Amino acid sequence: MKCRVCRGPAVIDLPRHNANFCPEHFLAFTRRQVVRAIEDFEMIAPGDRVLVAVSGGKDSLALWDLLLEHGYAADGLHLGLGIGDYSDQSTRCARAFADDRGATLLEIDLRADRGFDVPTAAAATGRPPCSACGLSKRHLFDEAARDGGYDVVATGHNLDDEAAVLFGNTLTWNTEYLGRQVPALPARHGFARKVKPLVRLTERETAAWCVLRRIDYQVEECPLAAGNRHLGYKEVLNTLEARSPGTKAAFYLGFLDRAVARFRSDIASDSDGGLQTCNRCGSATTNETCAFCSVVERARAHQPVPVSAPRRRR
Amino acid sequence: MKVLLRNPRREIDVPGPIRVHALIARLELNRESVLVIRGDALVPGDALLADDDVVEVRPVISGGAR
Repeated sequence: MKCRVCRGPAVIDLPRHNANFCPEHFLAFTRRQVVRAIEDFEMIAPGDRVLVAVSGGKDSLALWDLLLEHGYAADGLHLGLGIGDYSDQSTRCARAFADDRGATLLEIDLRADRGFDVPTAAAATGRPPCSACGLSKRHLFDEAARDGGYDVVATGHNLDDEAAVLFGNTLTWNTEYLGRQVPALPARHGFARKVKPLVRLTERETAAWCVLRRIDYQVEECPLAAGNRHLGYKEVLNTLEARSPGTKAAFYLGFLDRAVARFRSDIASDSDGGLQTCNRCGSATTNETCAFCSVVERARAHQPVPVSAPRRRR
Repeated sequence: MKVLLRNPRREIDVPGPIRVHALIARLELNRESVLVIRGDALVPGDALLADDDVVEVRPVISGGAR
């Protein structure tokens, strides 16, 4: 198997591009995909301060690496989620990456700094763990960006993530979510712009970037995410991809190109009229108390619970 | 050869020589969902793995909230 560019020995085959690459030209391919996403969707402007959501996994560390390499002023923010050994190892990976590059890593430990953790929040509220986790992340990244004066919050969502979300939203015809599923959301209501520069790359490609760049990332799966619906959608899409390479990119990038605008009118009003200020934290919310503060209040009142795999409804 | 698998972490023996894509098929995995690493190097689908190789079949699929 030879590199498409230099005819040297290839280390990775990308059926969706009908191409094989050596390390040097795979890295160049990856950089081009990220630059194209940033430019096509006007994600980051010159001089912007970027806050990268860093979990310690392959996508967030690849993203941070790529942004730093391109000269962006990108700091990381890592949340200690309190998911046992999994969280401890994730934190070690995030810190090691930042130390290696002399990059700034901000940290929030949910238990030490906020008085709760993800397993306890899930148990206290009856939410699925991924829901409690996602809510906490969105709130705390917004808050840190606002308090730190960042212009942009960048997350490591990749093509597989976005295709899986699109698949789920399409199966249920959630037209409001479909209208919002864009890789760059403008700043509004005091929240920084939110961008996803990896949307043109698959998970296999971001993992390969990390292997080739010698980035030590959290390889293990979150024990609380096992068997969730999102993973099931990814499995279905990868089955289609194996039979017909390019399916995921055609589905998601085709949606952005030709379909998302058709759902814009289904987005509930973005005007400030329905919003008020959370009576706990001051964030914009549609209720008296925002969802995050409500969860925190209940989780703090709950006895801490150990990490255990969630029960799934079939 | 020794094959390291993840989630859960475990090691199995697979007789070589065998090509990477055949190993993935034998393990009933989807090529989109894994990387194969020998030593610290990526190996492509047509690479021939020897009986005395040690390889990692690393899953690349992440789930949950981001």
